[in-house]
Amino acid sequence: MTILLLTLYILLGAYFAGLLGSLTGLGGGVVIIPFLTLVLDVDIHYAIGASLVSVIATSSGSAAAYVKEGITNMRLGMFLEIATTVGAVLGAYLASYISAPTIAVIFGLILLFSAIMSFVKKNSQADPTSSKPATFFKLANTYPGQDGKMVAYSVRNIFGGFGLMSFAGMISGLLGIGSGSLKVVAMDNIMRIPFKVSTTTSNFMIGVTAAASAVVYLQRGYIDPGLSMPVMLGVVLGAVTGSKILVKANSKSLKVIFAIVISVVAIQMIYKGLTGKI
Amino acid sequence: MSREKKVFKESDVQFYIGSLLRWGVILAMSVVFIGGIIYVYRHGQEKPAYHTFNGEPGFLKTISGILQGVAAIKGRAIIQLGILLLIATPIARILLSIVSFVLEKDYLYVVITLIVFGIILFSMLSGIGG
Repeated sequence: MTILLLTLYILLGAYFAGLLGSLTGLGGGVVIIPFLTLVLDVDIHYAIGASLVSVIATSSGSAAAYVKEGITNMRLGMFLEIATTVGAVLGAYLASYISAPTIAVIFGLILLFSAIMSFVKKNSQADPTSSKPATFFKLANTYPGQDGKMVAYSVRNIFGGFGLMSFAGMISGLLGIGSGSLKVVAMDNIMRIPFKVSTTTSNFMIGVTAAASAVVYLQRGYIDPGLSMPVMLGVVLGAVTGSKILVKANSKSLKVIFAIVISVVAIQMIYKGLTGKI
Repeated sequence: MSREKKVFKESDVQFYIGSLLRWGVILAMSVVFIGGIIYVYRHGQEKPAYHTFNGEPGFLKTISGILQGVAAIKGRAIIQLGILLLIATPIARILLSIVSFVLEKDYLYVVITLIVFGIILFSMLSGIGG
């Protein structure tokens, strides 16, 4: 295979990864890494580097829209970014000491977890009662609800959420994905934030988190321009398409199909990792 | 009155942050695209070697190396410059957030944002990536 042909394959694969990632809310990274490693036989370290770059692009692009709409809780995002960036730098540091098969197994497990999480009902309750630490960090806020009225909410169990966020950041740095599913657990289930706020705020944080580990990957030589170029362009174009058709698609049946595909891919990654074939 | 003023200011900053993110991504993608055209035009018929991990050559790992490569119109260096611009976009967003919290006189969040910026600076300069 020539570089021209490989570039076109990756561009096409990345486009679908971005499209699916956007339609299901799981992000492009969880599709593009298995595609590069399992289908195109690319070393997982290169795949992770390229995915990380695409993660920064898609999250910054969509965060731009959400921030302008005023749904994102920027204080909460900044506060939790301390946790996610520390985790991300640690994860990126660990990545070069962990063998490719082990990374593949961890990736598979996180993938399975994401597939399951896509079915868990999201928290839509807004609770305005504030706790002491939430008041101190000024985390209570409002967001535009369905009828256009501003809905007030506050944040619970800040330190529990902070802890899980550091773990999410570490996984993001280790695997080159946004680890949105872990972030949503931290924000929806532990901090009890309405999901409209948690998804946009999580997305807002992903760019900074990924940038923190990307600088480590770049200096280590894990970011290959020849691979990252089609991955980044393809994933972003796919994500833009996805955000345009999101309204029309039946997201329930799409979720089921995608969860099955993701689970099969996850088992494949775990199997190849355990048998050392990756 | 003063409350209204504050709300206005915050949404103002949100607008700038939104624009910064959007234009950062568009600029980075354009540079990556131009670099990609040059790279594929020159090397399109060669064989790729991604199966085993060798790490990137020195000129693609440091800012000075990338800039020298860009000056020599190397496609891969231009793509890498676009990736640098992309990584710089959320970092620039942090700096803009610091400015906005200073304007709002929210010094707690000035400190929090500076901590995040410090962590990224640490990962850039401490050499843990080297």
